[in-house]
Amino acid sequence: MSEYLLSVHHDPADDERMAAMTPEEMQPVFEAVEAFNQKLQAEGAWIFAGGLMPIEQATTVDNTGAQPVVTDGPFAESKEYLGGFWVITVPDLDAALGWAKEGSRACRGKVEVRPFQAE
Amino acid sequence: MSGTAAPGAAIERVFRDEHARVVASLVRRFGDLDVAEDAASEALVAALERWPADGTPPNPGGWLTTTATRKAIDRIRREQQRDAKHQAALVIGDDTPPEPTGVVADDRLRLIFTCCHPALAPEARVALTLRLLGGLTVGEIAAAFLVPETTMAQRITRAKAKIKGARIPFRVPGPDDLAERLGAVLAVVYLVFNEGYLASAGDAPVRAELTDEAVRLGRVLRSLLPEEPEVAGLLALMLLTDARRASRFAGGELVPLPEQDRGGWDRAKIAEGHALVRECLARNRPGQYQLLAAVNAVHTDAPTAADTDWAQVATLYTHLQAIAPSPFVTLNRAVAVAELDGPEVALAEVDRLPLTTYHAWHATRADLLRRLGRSAEARAAYDAAIAATGNSAERAYLTRRRDQLSGP
Repeated sequence: MSEYLLSVHHDPADDERMAAMTPEEMQPVFEAVEAFNQKLQAEGAWIFAGGLMPIEQATTVDNTGAQPVVTDGPFAESKEYLGGFWVITVPDLDAALGWAKEGSRACRGKVEVRPFQAE
Repeated sequence: MSGTAAPGAAIERVFRDEHARVVASLVRRFGDLDVAEDAASEALVAALERWPADGTPPNPGGWLTTTATRKAIDRIRREQQRDAKHQAALVIGDDTPPEPTGVVADDRLRLIFTCCHPALAPEARVALTLRLLGGLTVGEIAAAFLVPETTMAQRITRAKAKIKGARIPFRVPGPDDLAERLGAVLAVVYLVFNEGYLASAGDAPVRAELTDEAVRLGRVLRSLLPEEPEVAGLLALMLLTDARRASRFAGGELVPLPEQDRGGWDRAKIAEGHALVRECLARNRPGQYQLLAAVNAVHTDAPTAADTDWAQVATLYTHLQAIAPSPFVTLNRAVAVAELDGPEVALAEVDRLPLTTYHAWHATRADLLRRLGRSAEARAAYDAAIAATGNSAERAYLTRRRDQLSGP
């Protein structure tokens, strides 16, 4: 079995559109993701998953120099940020891609699939 | 292996035919592309040493597989002493029974689906297929696609690293996504064929080693997936196209279909292609390769160019347009339309197509304008076509046609 990270990347350009969504509009997405999570657990592929708070709440620590430096904000300036992820355990890439297709449909976003280093 | 005498060349031919089988069987056993490939190469070296002296064994493929398997085990033992942990993993791999293979159980089929996995970049799929199934050297593949050998080596290394790191399975996809994945495999084989058939650049207008390799891969696929009509369609398409190879060039110049010497066509390939097309018609599950094969069956069926059933050609392209719409299909259909309804009707269709960077679009326009007596416009279209093609024989043909134009 191999472990894969399925990550969902969020573009802050979508923030306004998402903020304008009513709870009724959001509900089907929450339900789809919840159903997907339950299916992962039922089939033994689930290890861990989570959604992340917005990027404004990130803090970066750099202790590679003489003194630790703590800065407000993300470590990389980029247009899109990690919004949430699943860690799964499956036999191979085809199985991971199968879950990614379902996850992408459920959360309505693109999903990146990356294997963990072995051991 | 360069400069070998005839026995060496014969051994290399056997090796190329057997390469996919040897590598694929070793990949299943040892679960590692590099181990499989290196062991196959060592088996070839052993064959080149032994066969000229001892004679070719009765079952050369079996000899190569057995020898390569021994070489792989030797290598694993050597590595075991260096790296016990790494070795343990390989030995466990050896004990694993073969995985269920889905639709068909054949190692080569699994290998080609691994090489053409959608998680790999399309250019890497082609390179890996030629390397692992075709047994071509990295240098040969680089030359075929006109990229530096180091670039091709990196591309192949990166793709193999992804197969290993991301754990792309060595498996034939299940019925649920076989059709989609088979499409990628057929596209790779057809790309190899086309690059050989009308080389996009370079000195040789045709690269027989690529067309032959594509036909060979097509035959392998056909033997492994005899029930898939698009596999039969692609093989028929390649055979019916390749059958005309010898008549396509004269004095370094491309000879278009209507002017070809039909006596020079390869009748055996045509007969085989026609039989496959008939088989496809009986199945009645048309796809793009089958329809293109049917078009070529119509052309190769006509005793002379004037006897061509253009209505049938146009109908087939109309079907193709329905299932795989593209401006290239419309362009080809327009050639039939010109014969049925005249060059003016065809030109009106061609002019609407967004293909201004495509040499065949300019060449088709040039021909239609020439037939309409619009010499100045035809000349400009020939110039554009000549500028857009990298194929020397096609350039020679277009230049002669341009220079034959009368009037201003």
